[in-house]
Amino acid sequence: MNAIIVSALLGVIMMFCSWGIKSQKTQQSIALIGMFLLLLCNLAQLSGWFVINYDTKGMLAFTRFGLYVNTLFFAITFIYIWLNGEEIAKFANQAADFYALFFFILCGASILTSFDNLLMLFIGIEILSIPLYILTGSDKKNLFSNEASLKYFLMGSFSTGILLLGITFIYGATGSFHLAAPIIKPSTGLPQEQMILSAGLLLVFAAMNFKVSAAPFHFWTPDVYDGAPTVFTSFMATIVKAAGFIAFITIFNSQAKALGHSWELILTFVIIATLLVGNIVAVFQRSVKRMLAYSSIAQAGFMLFALYGKSTYANEGIILYAVVYSLATIGVFGVLIKMKENSFEAFNGLAKTHPLVAFVTTIFLFSLAGIPLTGGFFAKYYMLNALYAAGAGLWLIILAILFAAVSVFYYFKLVQAMYFAAGEPTINEVPKKYQYALLVIALLLLILGVFPTVLFNYLYF
Amino acid sequence: MLISFLLLPILTAILLLFIKDKKTATTTAIVGAMATLLLAVVATTTKVEAFDIAWLPSLHSRFVLQVDGLAKILILLTAISFPAILIATAKNEYKQQNKFLSLLLFTQAGLMGVFLAGDALLFYFFWELALIPVYFLCSIWGGDKRIAITFKFFIYTFLGSLFMLVGILYLNAHTADHSFSIQSFLHANLTGHQQVTAFALFFIAFAIKMPIFPLHTWQPDVYEQSPTAVTMVMSAVMVKMGLYGILRWLLPLFPIAFMAHTNVVVILSVIGILYASFIAIRQDDIKRLIAYSSIAHIGLMNAAIFSNTSIAIQGALLQLFSHGINVIGLWIVADVIEQQTGTRSMQQMGGLAKKQPILAILLVGFAFANIALPLTNAFVGEFLMFTGLFQFNPWIAAFAGVSVILAAIYTLNMVQKVAYGEISEKINTMQAPNKGAQAVLIILLIIVFVTGVYPQPLFTLTADTLQQLLVK
Repeated sequence: MNAIIVSALLGVIMMFCSWGIKSQKTQQSIALIGMFLLLLCNLAQLSGWFVINYDTKGMLAFTRFGLYVNTLFFAITFIYIWLNGEEIAKFANQAADFYALFFFILCGASILTSFDNLLMLFIGIEILSIPLYILTGSDKKNLFSNEASLKYFLMGSFSTGILLLGITFIYGATGSFHLAAPIIKPSTGLPQEQMILSAGLLLVFAAMNFKVSAAPFHFWTPDVYDGAPTVFTSFMATIVKAAGFIAFITIFNSQAKALGHSWELILTFVIIATLLVGNIVAVFQRSVKRMLAYSSIAQAGFMLFALYGKSTYANEGIILYAVVYSLATIGVFGVLIKMKENSFEAFNGLAKTHPLVAFVTTIFLFSLAGIPLTGGFFAKYYMLNALYAAGAGLWLIILAILFAAVSVFYYFKLVQAMYFAAGEPTINEVPKKYQYALLVIALLLLILGVFPTVLFNYLYF
Repeated sequence: MLISFLLLPILTAILLLFIKDKKTATTTAIVGAMATLLLAVVATTTKVEAFDIAWLPSLHSRFVLQVDGLAKILILLTAISFPAILIATAKNEYKQQNKFLSLLLFTQAGLMGVFLAGDALLFYFFWELALIPVYFLCSIWGGDKRIAITFKFFIYTFLGSLFMLVGILYLNAHTADHSFSIQSFLHANLTGHQQVTAFALFFIAFAIKMPIFPLHTWQPDVYEQSPTAVTMVMSAVMVKMGLYGILRWLLPLFPIAFMAHTNVVVILSVIGILYASFIAIRQDDIKRLIAYSSIAHIGLMNAAIFSNTSIAIQGALLQLFSHGINVIGLWIVADVIEQQTGTRSMQQMGGLAKKQPILAILLVGFAFANIALPLTNAFVGEFLMFTGLFQFNPWIAAFAGVSVILAAIYTLNMVQKVAYGEISEKINTMQAPNKGAQAVLIILLIIVFVTGVYPQPLFTLTADTLQQLLVK
C-alpha cells in the first residue's frame, strides 16, 4: 500500500514542482530524492516497520514477492533517471512533467505487483499505459513519434478492451472478480460455464500478450519502440514490460488450471512464435534501435517460460531475468542515445575512440545474449530450469537454446562493428560522468553474473 | 593453492592492461606464465588439497577446484604451453600488444578452470570463458577473413556448449541432492534411455570442440586465420578440452550410453582421421597442413578413448600431453619461417637445411614426433592406442593404421619441400631465429625425446585416473 499511495502523491508533487523550480538539474534531483523516498517507503512495508493500512476488501494482496519486485523496480528506475536525466530534459520545457509520468507508471506497476482482483488488474494496466502513450509522443515535432504514439494508443486501447471483455466473461462464469475465486472444475461446473471461463481467460491471455509484446500480438512493438524517443523506449522496454510480466504470471499461476492441458499447448505455441519472430527478424535489421525492439520480443519469449508452471525457479528466475534484462537494455539504449544515428555502421570503430563505452556496451550485449560471467547467463539458466521443472519436454528447451544461439548473431554484429570494423563512430560527446554511470550498470551485471543469488536473499527473509 | 592457477593468470592479465610499453608487457606476461608453470610443477609433484567454497547456495552449486592425474597432465601441458608460446613469439609485433597478451592470459585462466572444475556449472562457466578471449584475439589480430571465420567458430562452439548446458540442467534435475558436483552426478541413477539423452547433449559440445568429423569445418579456417600464438593455444590446449570432457564427464557418467555408441563414434573418428590426412597431403599452406594433421591426431585419440580398452585410454592420456608439445613445436617453426619470409606456401620454401641448419634439424625432430617414430613421445602414446584399437576391432585398427602412413607422407613431404632442395628466394632472406624461439624449440624437443624414451613419470601421474575410469 505504501508504494501505491506514495508514488501517486509524488507524481502530483512532481507535476506542480515545475511552477517553482525551473532548473532541470534541480528537477532531476527532486525526482531522484522522490524515487529514493518511494524506495524507502516500500522497504518500510517490506520489513513491516511502517505500513499504511487501508481495507481494500481483498482487492489488493501484498505479498513478499510483490513488494520485493516493487523495490527492484524502484531501484532500477532510480538508476534510469540518474543516467538519463539530461536526455529526458531535451524533450520538454519542463522535465518535471515526465518525472511525474514516471511516478504514475510506477504507481500502476505497484498495483500490478499486488492485485488480487481482476478489476485492480485493469486499473493497474490503465494507470501504467496512459502515461506511456504520452511519453511515446513526447517528441512533438517528430512525425514518427506522433505516429508511434497514435498507433500505440489505438492498439493499446483495443487490447485493453479485449482485456475487459475477458474479465467480463470470467465474471460471468464464476460470479467473482477475485483471483482466488474457486475455479470451476469440469466435473462440478456446467459445461457452458466452463466454456465461458475458458473464453474469458483466453481473451485475458491475448491482452496480456499484447502488453508484454509476445507474438502473435507483437506487431505494435517495433514501430512504437522505433518511433518513441530512445530514452523513453528504454523505459518502456524494461520496467513496464517487467511489470506486465509480473501481472501476467500472477493471473495465470492461479488460473491456468482452469484451461487444463490446452494451457500448455497455447503457451507453447506463443513461446515458439515469440522466439521465432523476435530472433529471426532481429537478424535482418539494419537499425540498432529496431534490432533492440525485436530482441525485446525475443527476450519476452524467454520470460514467458516462467508462466509454464509454478516453481521456485520460475519465481526467482523472473525476478532475475527482469532485473538483468532491464539493466542491460537501459545500458544499451543509454549508449544508443549518444549516437548520432541508429545504424550499425555508426558504431564502427567505437572501441578505438571510446574504449570504455565499447567495453560496457559489450557487457550489456553479452548479458542480453546470455554469455557466462554476465547476469544474462543465469537469467536464461533459471528460465530453462523453470521450463524443465514445470515438465516441459526437452525438445522445447533445445529449441529455446537454438534461438539463444541465433540471438548471438545479432548482438555480436554490434560487437563486431565496435571492435573489428574500421571507421569513425558517429557519436556525440559522452561526458565522463555518464560513462561511469554506464560502468556502474555493467558492474552490477557482472556481479549478478557471478553471484545471482544475492538478488534472492531478501525474497524470503 | 589451486585457486592460484586462476588468480595468477587473471591478475597478470589485469596488470597487463595498464602496461603500454611493448617490451615490458611481453616480459610481464612471460614472468606471469613462468610463475604459473612453477606452480604447475609443484602441483603435479605433490599432493594438493581440493579448493572448495560455497558459491550459489540456492542452486546447490559450489566453487570446487580439484585435481587428479587427468587434470594434472593437462594443467602441466597448459602451464608449459603458455610460456613456450609467449617466449617463442616474443619478437612478434602486435598492435596493442598489452591487450593481446592480456587476452591470451585470460584464455589460460579459462583453460585452467576447465581442467580444475569439480562442479558442472563451474565447468560450463570456464568452458565459455576460455572461448570469449579467443573470439576477440582471432577477430582483432587475425588474417584478412578473420571476422566471418571467427564468428562461425564462435557460433559453432557456443551452440555446442548450450547443448551441454541443457545436459547439465537435465542431469542436475536427476541427482538426489540437486547439486552440480561431479560426485553426485556420478551417483545419479539414470536409466539407459536417460543416459543416451544426456550423453547426446554433452557429446555435441565435446565433438564440436575437438572437432570430430563432420563437425570439424570451422577448424582449418580458424587455425589459418588466427595469429599464430592463438593457433598454438587452440591446437595444443583448447582442443584437449573436448577430450578432457569425454574422459571427465561422458565416460564416467554415462557408461551404458557410452558403450552403446562406441562403434558409431569410433567409425566417425576413423573417417575423420583418413579424411583429414588425405586433405593434409594436398595442402600447400604449411599452417593448413598442420591444422589438418592436428585433426587427424585428435581423431585418433578420440577413437582410442571410445574403443574403451584400458591400454588405448592409457595411450590417449599420454598423447594428450605429447600431442600438445609436438604441435607447438611445429607451429613455432612454421611461425619463425612465416615471420621472416612472409609466406606460408611450401612451394616458395626450400633449402632451409642449407640456409638455417639448426632450424631445419628442429623441424625434422618435430616432424618425426608428428609421425610417431620410435624414440619420440608420440610413439609411446600411438602405439598403445593402436594396440587398444586392435583389441577393440582389428579392422578399425587397420583403417586407423593407414593414417600413420599418410602422416608420414604429408609430414615428410613438408620436410622435403621446406628443408631440402634448392635454396629458394624467400628462404635465402632468412636469418637465424631469435634466441628465445630457438631455446624454446630445443627444450620442447628435449621433452619430446625424454618422454619418448622414459614415459614412466607420465604413466605414474595418470595412474589414478585410469584406475577410476576402469572401475566404472
